[in-house]
Amino acid sequence: MRDYPGTRQTLIDIDTIPEKGKGVPVDHNKIVAENVSAFFGKVQAIRDIQISIPENSIVAIIGPSGCGKSTFLRSINRMHELVHGTRITGKILLDGEDVYSIDPVLIRKKIGMVFQKPNPFPTMSIFDNVAAGLRMGGTHDRKNIAEIVERSLQQAALWNEVKDSLSKSGVGLSGGQQQRLCIARALAVNPEVILMDEPASALDPIATAKIEELLFELKKRYTIVIVTHNMQQAARVSDYTAFFYMGELIEYDVTKKIFTAPSMKQTEDYVTGRFG
Amino acid sequence: MDNYRFHFRKFTSLFMFTLCGVSVLIALVPLVLIFYRTVAFGFSAINWDFFTQMPKPVGESGGGLANAIVGTMILVGLGSCMSLPVGIMAGIYLAEYGDNWFGQSVRFLTDVLNGIPSIVTGVVAYTVVVLPMKHFSAYAGGVALGILMIPTITRTTEEILRTVPHSLREAALALGIPRWKTSLQIVLRTAMSGVVTGILLAVARAAGETAPLLFTALNNRFWNTSMNQPMASLTVFIYNYAVSPFDDWIAQAWAGTFVLMTLILLLSLTVRLATRNKFAGNLL
Repeated sequence: MRDYPGTRQTLIDIDTIPEKGKGVPVDHNKIVAENVSAFFGKVQAIRDIQISIPENSIVAIIGPSGCGKSTFLRSINRMHELVHGTRITGKILLDGEDVYSIDPVLIRKKIGMVFQKPNPFPTMSIFDNVAAGLRMGGTHDRKNIAEIVERSLQQAALWNEVKDSLSKSGVGLSGGQQQRLCIARALAVNPEVILMDEPASALDPIATAKIEELLFELKKRYTIVIVTHNMQQAARVSDYTAFFYMGELIEYDVTKKIFTAPSMKQTEDYVTGRFG
Repeated sequence: MDNYRFHFRKFTSLFMFTLCGVSVLIALVPLVLIFYRTVAFGFSAINWDFFTQMPKPVGESGGGLANAIVGTMILVGLGSCMSLPVGIMAGIYLAEYGDNWFGQSVRFLTDVLNGIPSIVTGVVAYTVVVLPMKHFSAYAGGVALGILMIPTITRTTEEILRTVPHSLREAALALGIPRWKTSLQIVLRTAMSGVVTGILLAVARAAGETAPLLFTALNNRFWNTSMNQPMASLTVFIYNYAVSPFDDWIAQAWAGTFVLMTLILLLSLTVRLATRNKFAGNLL
């Protein structure tokens, strides 16, 4: 097991917000993006993104539809390049190492992803869904797998609901349970970073609340980047918020500041609901 | 006005519904007729001897088609051994990696191959296998059937794999599962029941082919399991017996038809049961 550094406080009091760059308690930048641009054919989806994502924090990416937030997220774990005719320039560093110089399979083991729509493997049981990444990654020790599956399901706050039906189909669960199953599946391969692409947008408010609660637990061990359309959600769960607009990073700061005293006009217009 | 439109729509809906129903019935008519004739004429000619005895010479009554039943199984087995790996892997290639000029060409050529009359594949197998070997053999028949099965398997596999939602591929890749494992263990596994259907269609078609066997496996009135020798098959026997002037041969041709039909039915059922996924209710 890795040794996890101590957690920082989650909810920042309005009076204690540090000035940008002065007091932000950055132990270590887990991910650093330098001049990242991504293209679909000739269309440029994101332009010169510069962002640093601190370890063990939750960073929310907000912005109107088509602003490139999902594209940026998918650039981090090299999912962007899977689409035919796409291209990416710039650097994305994970612990100082360029992810584009490492095999994508290794990168995706370190950087897990949860998608907008829950997508459990339909031919597999709940257990097999969680174990899939392990088994296909070359782990075959049954006892070890069983332990990891249980731990992952517990971390995803799903264990108590499914422990008696592990051999049942994963798609038989409710939408919220399916999404937590997908989170457990991502956790099982022991990633360091988890990317979430609007993980709660297909869920009802109660399931959403569960996922959000889960995020607070998860950030003790993982670094989380979450794309969301829901500004309340960004405000509730994240430590830092990045506002994307028209493919550019407009503003990136401590979440409270983005929502109470943004320094850019566009950010203010967006978070106050004037557009988007 | 609105009332009139509403009733018109309801009428149109009912009319189209009826049309569809009638079409289904029309499509079923030949199937039912063939099935009825085969059972009515074939079943009465079947007895234990039919499965255990060799064909008797002209004039002697009785005998069976044991060699032809086994022959058909061997020939179709040979064809499957050849076409299943090639067809399935080509289908995976086309569905997962085939969005380029090479894939397009392969897809086009496969469709062309699918449209070639089966006797032509017989000629190909004759040229490629029979002529160099200088004699007819089960191998040649297997090759002919294999060529016939490949395009069907390739294209159905591809089409079925394409129906697997892209989100599943992404889910697997995002877990750090390599692409080839994603293709084989996630995509193919999800689409397995559809792929199996495609394979069964190809097998059924091959088992029912006469033309490609006429000058490859030829025929054989004696017991033979050597693949290097000419081999009997139900279809060639059915053809020979059905055009003969002898009543007992014609009856045996019907019996052969019935047995062939039953064999394919049993094979379909067995394979479907064996490859059934316990979560199949949620599948394609």
